Amino acid sequence: MDGLGKRFEATVALDDVTFDVRPAELFGLIGPDGAGKTTLFRILATLLLPDRGSATVLGLDVVRDLWAIRARVGYMPGRFSLYPDLSVEENLRFFASVFGTSLEEGYRIIAPIYRQIERFKNRRAGALSGGMKQKLALSCALVHRPDLLFLDEPTTGVDAVSRRELWDLLGELKASGLPILVATPYMDEAARCDRVALMQRGRVLAIDAPAAVGARFPRPLFAVRARDRYALIQALHAYPYTASAFPFGDELHYSDTRRDLAPVAIAGELRAYLQSKGFADAEVTPIRPGIEDAFMALMGTPQEAAG
Amino acid sequence: MRALRFLLRKEFLQIFRDHVILGMLFVMPLGQLLILANAATFEVRSARLYVVDHDHTPMSRGLTDRLAASGRFVPTAASPSPARADQAMLARQTDAILVIPTGFERELVRQRRAEVQFILNAEDGAAAGVLQSYAGRIFAAYSAELSAQVTPTLASIGARVDLPPRRGEPIIEIRRRGWYNPELDYLDFMVPGILVVLVTVVGTLLTAMNIVREKEAGTLDQLNVTPIRRSTFVAAKLIPLWSLALLDLALGLALAHFAFGVPVRGSLALVFVAAAIYLLAALGIGLWISTIAETQQQAMFVTFSIVMIYLLMSGLFTPVRGMPVWAQWAAQLNPVTHFIRLMRAVLLKGAGPAEVAPQLAMLAVIGAVVLTLAVRQYRKRAA
Repeated sequence: MDGLGKRFEATVALDDVTFDVRPAELFGLIGPDGAGKTTLFRILATLLLPDRGSATVLGLDVVRDLWAIRARVGYMPGRFSLYPDLSVEENLRFFASVFGTSLEEGYRIIAPIYRQIERFKNRRAGALSGGMKQKLALSCALVHRPDLLFLDEPTTGVDAVSRRELWDLLGELKASGLPILVATPYMDEAARCDRVALMQRGRVLAIDAPAAVGARFPRPLFAVRARDRYALIQALHAYPYTASAFPFGDELHYSDTRRDLAPVAIAGELRAYLQSKGFADAEVTPIRPGIEDAFMALMGTPQEAAG
Repeated sequence: MRALRFLLRKEFLQIFRDHVILGMLFVMPLGQLLILANAATFEVRSARLYVVDHDHTPMSRGLTDRLAASGRFVPTAASPSPARADQAMLARQTDAILVIPTGFERELVRQRRAEVQFILNAEDGAAAGVLQSYAGRIFAAYSAELSAQVTPTLASIGARVDLPPRRGEPIIEIRRRGWYNPELDYLDFMVPGILVVLVTVVGTLLTAMNIVREKEAGTLDQLNVTPIRRSTFVAAKLIPLWSLALLDLALGLALAHFAFGVPVRGSLALVFVAAAIYLLAALGIGLWISTIAETQQQAMFVTFSIVMIYLLMSGLFTPVRGMPVWAQWAAQLNPVTHFIRLMRAVLLKGAGPAEVAPQLAMLAVIGAVVLTLAVRQYRKRAA
């Protein structure tokens, strides 16, 4: 797609978004809520018309060739949108039939997912758990053997085990040659994509392989641990060379403004500083920046962060 | 066509699985028909009568007795004081006051005419009108009875509040004969109308709610990314509800005929052809509502406000000819007006296709316009 734009009254939902997804690629759209991921999906799935720019899906224009696209794309919206009053099997058969195929014909491709919920096939879809609902939705998006899969936040509201299972399935699907565009607000899931686009406020901040996105982090980065995290942040903000300090899991990620100094040297200096401030247990370890660090840096969020 | 078949199968599956919808489709309209047909009556029985008899003669008592004997009036109070009668009416303890002046019998015998005052509480205009006509008939009958004895004349009816009492009017003998409904049986007249309204409400509301429910569940979006065409989707929504509404009408007609004795003098086939066309308009309105409503509550409220207009401007309760000109035009645009008129004409008069051709044509035009607009409004792609 090229220079894609969409506004809703005064809100710019998408601003000049440009990227392309390669064949058999698992491409991730990473960004916080409101970044424009869903709007982008709705344009690509031919549910919305872009105000500016153009987009092609499988070489087909999203405005001109919408019917051809609809027949060949699988789309799973972020919100569960199957018939809650139909059973698992009825939903699958219905969506297979509207694409002119049948559950039997599509069975091979959905089998790895569907087998996990097949014993509930007579249960109403509305009575499934969150993870099973997503598996059913994925099955319904796949049953007509699409040439491309759009998944809008497939793991939101799903437990950790089901999340991992779902990503394993996406890996298998990708390995079978199916290109997948997936959106997620979770940075840890980004690592499972071939490439990711970091999005914020309708703009793409960076596009790269997850590891390479991390490498874009411009400064030396350290994990800092101490018992009193709140005081630790205060102390770090008082430190003259602090570029950023924000909580990350149960530790703090700290970046330093001195790019020319060896990380080990900085770590030693910082440890000494923190000990002088009374953090006897302070640990400072040089780390490789991850995607979330890169994202925080790219977003240019305020460096303040409460503990 | 294949897609339509699958969509239809899904629609019927969902409808027959939903007990609430089934109840709305069958139990509610038929139950309401039974209740409303018995309740929606213009008859007035046992109106309370306050008698102020200043005459105290056999003839004055005879007048009171005739009113009581009719069953329409029950003398509940009597006093010689018109002021107390007025107070009783103000306190709603009486519905009508009969004032018989002193010398009533004497006047009748000597001058062959006499006056009485009959005062009605016209707060409820319709009921007062009905009571007035009852009283008029009773006075006329009594007058005829007396004239055989003394050849006097007796007539005078007045209604209070808006109408000043009219005195001393000459006797006009009116012989009524209602054609097609000789007993003026309100059931024959009201039941077909009520049935039309019930079927309309059910058809319109269910159509609107059914599509909006897909919006709410997000399944509309899910369908919109499939190769299903807009027209196929609309057809799959309308066909089941259209056929179920026709079935509703058939059951309702059977109930009307066998439970209420509503006659079927014309061709049932004609009724159903008209109903088939009419329901396209009714369901089209539902489809149109579904395009503007985002939630089922919204759909419900919009439907009910439209149905109110449907009802009050259809000639169901009040004749269209009594409306102001602009309202008559509006009533012409109301499909319910034409369908009720057609139903009454075919069922009560035995009208054939030639007689109801204007109604059929109007239904077809309204149906085509409504459905076209609604389908156009229903956008496959949100802008």
